[in-house]
Amino acid sequence: MSARDAILAAVRKNLPRPAVPLPENPGPERKGVKHGLGYKEHLTRLPEVPGAPDVNEPLLPYFRRQLEAMGGRSFEAADAAAAGAKVADLFPDAKVVCSAVPEVPGTRTIETVRDPHELNDVDVGVVRSPLGVAEAGAVWLTQADLVVNALGVLSQHLVVLLDPAAVVETMHDAYGRIDLAASPYGVFLAGPSATGDIEGVIIHGAQGARSLTVLLIDQTSR
Amino acid sequence: MTRPVDPEGRAARFIALEMHESTHDRLVWGMRHNRDKAVAGVPEWEDLRELASRIKDHTLTHLDHYLEEFEANAIRLGTHVHWARDAEEHNAVVYDVLAAHRVKSLIKSKSMLQEECGMTPYLQKRGIEVTESDLGERIQQLADEPPSHIVVPAIHKLRTDVAALFAEKIGTDPKDSDPHDLAEAMRQNARPKFMAADAGMTGANFAVAETGGFVVCTNEGNADIGAAVPPLHVASIGIEKLIPRARDLGIFIRMLSRSALGSPITQYTSHFHGPRRGGELHVVLVDNTRSDRLGSPDFWHVLKCIRCGACMNTCPVYRRGGGLSYGATYSGPIGVILGPGFDLSKYRELPFHSSLCGSCTEVCPVKIDISDQIYKWRRVVAAKGMLPLAKRVGMSALGATLAHPSLFHAAEATGEWALAHLPRFLLYNPLNPWGKRRELPAVPKQTFRQWYLENRRTS
Ligand code: SF4
Repeated sequence: MSARDAILAAVRKNLPRPAVPLPENPGPERKGVKHGLGYKEHLTRLPEVPGAPDVNEPLLPYFRRQLEAMGGRSFEAADAAAAGAKVADLFPDAKVVCSAVPEVPGTRTIETVRDPHELNDVDVGVVRSPLGVAEAGAVWLTQADLVVNALGVLSQHLVVLLDPAAVVETMHDAYGRIDLAASPYGVFLAGPSATGDIEGVIIHGAQGARSLTVLLIDQTSR
Repeated sequence: MTRPVDPEGRAARFIALEMHESTHDRLVWGMRHNRDKAVAGVPEWEDLRELASRIKDHTLTHLDHYLEEFEANAIRLGTHVHWARDAEEHNAVVYDVLAAHRVKSLIKSKSMLQEECGMTPYLQKRGIEVTESDLGERIQQLADEPPSHIVVPAIHKLRTDVAALFAEKIGTDPKDSDPHDLAEAMRQNARPKFMAADAGMTGANFAVAETGGFVVCTNEGNADIGAAVPPLHVASIGIEKLIPRARDLGIFIRMLSRSALGSPITQYTSHFHGPRRGGELHVVLVDNTRSDRLGSPDFWHVLKCIRCGACMNTCPVYRRGGGLSYGATYSGPIGVILGPGFDLSKYRELPFHSSLCGSCTEVCPVKIDISDQIYKWRRVVAAKGMLPLAKRVGMSALGATLAHPSLFHAAEATGEWALAHLPRFLLYNPLNPWGKRRELPAVPKQTFRQWYLENRRTS
């Protein structure tokens, strides 16, 4: 018997009983649903939790606060020129700026890269994310955004353009909006690469990007 | 009968290193503290726990169905799917894939399953260079030790230990023990290995039946580099990692890092669905006693574990004795209930390496009845007559009294204070070998003994 058939047979023989039905996953839907999951739904139950969103607070400040807590930072950029200027301003010594967005041309466009190994010398990578998640301070990036996935992790510093209107509340909302199977790779990136492996001291730039900068810029600014 | 591991002796040696013990205790308790703060920010936490628990219950009671669904969807995406009954078969399958691609060097991210299978020594013996890329895991590899914690593998080491180790192995300045410099040195050392690797290997935190993909959570992004740079990515996935739907990830991802470290999410939550452009993706679905466990009415719930480590961080015995004291791949309360299922004889001491205070059960995000399972393993061990005599008097005395419901509930009621301070009493009482080197408790030996003997008669 193949390993596959042997394992499936063993599993079938040993399935615990009684079988438990699949619970409904209420997801983020709030209106009219009793058990929606998400922070606004439950704000009245929040005691004085430092950093928690305020009932009347718009989403963006919460997102920015969470991103900062994860070690990232964010700036507003009015248009493409401002975004390009910001990158130049933040990374004056960068020799290789590899860009996957039209707003910031950089010194190399990702479309010219054939092999991920070519990205080992990138000082700054620039990409656009289609989705931000407020509670996690995270941005979503797929192969479609990165073109070469390694751009997200080999760049010494990463700059992510994000439309402020594309920020959702919780991970439930986020998973409701993405089609996982549509891309071979997709990552929620919350701040830069980090480690606490030596005496719990938080250090940024463990293996991936040393810093993560989100530039808040309207999608229509192109 | 296999010689059992000796958790007390190992713990005693760790406790003897005063600085190590106190730093470890502080750091691990700090993670538990951060977890509490993060949980307080999610008012629907208990709803999430209940949902997570039921989704896992459901998946495990329909596991054959979800494995087949995952396999079919993964194949449709162009992933090569392999199956392995046990550790040996897993290692052989991995080696075959690597050999077919003429892999000479391999960069891997942390995988407790690959650890469980003893994969690295297996591959090294066959001429493949294997480099751990997670900082903590690499420290452990250089020190030739297993991970002492499933989330932070080198948490038992002081910065000076790491400085001495790196000085010897990768040529850093032995006097520089600044964690920033040490981490930077490892970044510089690891990057060329990522560039030169012929393959990257990862584990998986979740596998989604509905989509045929899997999720890997790291803070360093090292799994992502291993998957994005070398042309070949091989992932080992325990069959219990399945979840039914993509949207269920919302529940589990919200809980995982909050439970582990107290952050809302890991820095990288990475989803792999089929090979990347220009790459090849293989997954190995591994049983290795999981299907046996599924058939045990008392113990199958352990398969719900999402390896967050919260039970370890809260455990007074783990905090004091350190993870290496368990002498097993998995340590802490989760290790106590996993170990005996792999090898009862070898790990028969582990169920007694616990105070049964119940804190692990309280923090578990998927509601595993951890302390009940520890108690049930004690009974299994006792029923097999495997208890050494000293244990029957000393260790089980402590265990049995604390297993007593009224005491158990008293401990629960006293809450946070008790948890932070109770260990001192538990650990430094004279019946307890972990406390031997320390001050005696206020409770006189004779009284405690008499009380225990009384108690044993009535329980
Ligand atoms: S048993 Fe529960 S608390 Fe412990 S590691 Fe597993 S999921 Fe986390």
